[in-house]
Amino acid sequence: MSLYEQIGGDAAVNAAVDIFYRKVLKDARINRFFGGVDMDRQAAKQKAFLTMAFGGPNNYSGLDMRRGHAHLVAQGLDDSHFDAVVENLGATLKELHVPDALIAQVAAIAETTRNDVLGK
Amino acid sequence: MPRITYEGTAYECGAGETVLDCLTAWGIDIPSSCRSGVCQSCLMRAPGGGVPQAAQAGLKPTLVAQGYFKACSCTPTEDLSVALPDAAGLRLAAEVVSIEPLNPDIVAVRLRPARPLDYRAGQFIRLFRDAQQSRCYSLASVPQLEDVLEIHVRQVPGGQVSSWVHQELRAGDSVQIADSAGQCFYVPGQPEQPLLLLGTGSGLAPLYGIVRDALHQGHRGPVWLYHGSPTPAGFYRAAELRALTQTHPNFRYVPCLSEGDTPAGLRRGTVLEAALADQTDFTSWRVFLCGHPDMVSQGKLQIFLAGAASAEIHADPFLPSVSPAAAPA
Repeated sequence: MSLYEQIGGDAAVNAAVDIFYRKVLKDARINRFFGGVDMDRQAAKQKAFLTMAFGGPNNYSGLDMRRGHAHLVAQGLDDSHFDAVVENLGATLKELHVPDALIAQVAAIAETTRNDVLGK
Repeated sequence: MPRITYEGTAYECGAGETVLDCLTAWGIDIPSSCRSGVCQSCLMRAPGGGVPQAAQAGLKPTLVAQGYFKACSCTPTEDLSVALPDAAGLRLAAEVVSIEPLNPDIVAVRLRPARPLDYRAGQFIRLFRDAQQSRCYSLASVPQLEDVLEIHVRQVPGGQVSSWVHQELRAGDSVQIADSAGQCFYVPGQPEQPLLLLGTGSGLAPLYGIVRDALHQGHRGPVWLYHGSPTPAGFYRAAELRALTQTHPNFRYVPCLSEGDTPAGLRRGTVLEAALADQTDFTSWRVFLCGHPDMVSQGKLQIFLAGAASAEIHADPFLPSVSPAAAPA
């Protein structure tokens, strides 16, 4: 069974997206990077990100990641902010009682996007 | 093999093929992005139904009720008739039944369409001044309660369409409108769920419709309506709304004065301040926001942070008075 299926697929993403997005918006370290865009569009982006991190179907390329975050890198997005997002992701999954071994796999997938997100 | 009808032509859909793949293969340009059922860029509408459940997974209940589906996730098992969201709206003629001032800036325009309009209170129609100029206005009327459409038009300084409505349009005139659209309306099924409605100015129009629709359909949970205005003269339909609080104990009407001294019967502050003062936790609430774009965007965020699920927060994505291109006000 794939990681995405083990976590619970689309239903798990739906359960996680509000919890995750609320955590990010309340996190003073990073919430400035998540404002300014309409909430529905922002929530849809978080959903796409979680689907990808859960090992689900996605068509994101490294180039998409670079283009999509370039304006945030210009505003100072760095490794500390990336770490904070991954931390919120882990806390979200813990809250949903996802086993630690699966959370580690999700964090590992998120990690593969670090250099593209940060434009390195 | 199922056939997909789009703009009057039927297309053969291969086994296991999605609506998006099928139409794209026939050279039809359907907007899409993730092609994984996530981004909703490829949203289409099947007015006659017949869409498999998986194609509507994750969509808001209001979209499902109108037959919207994700073309990339729709593998049809029967013949389907589909349209792009914009093309689903057709123009029709309507007669102006009356124009009634509601407050110094806003008039209620009642319209009788040439054919019955299939709509829900809180959706919007497009009103055409001429071929080039039109604006969107939310419907305050409820189809089960009234046989005419009612919109509330605020005089926007320099506004091409609103000035025409306020100064030139008369009862008996014939106008063109486009079919109803929008996701901001009441869906029955959870009669105990608490409802929060925040509106400023003529943003009351859809909420006035949604409140009466919900109560008419037997909604039993709390229904809290906050209407904001910077001046006492800005409140309208207040007598009707107070009368509703008498007949429906679960309904609460809170007029909020955002500026100046506060006379008796009015709350001081913005609608958002008042709502958050009355209730700190909006988990499991259904929320509707209409009116000033800053109130709507701030309200969505603050009520979400106060616990409301994002799928339960409804607002039409227009910017009244700021963007003259598309503005239900």
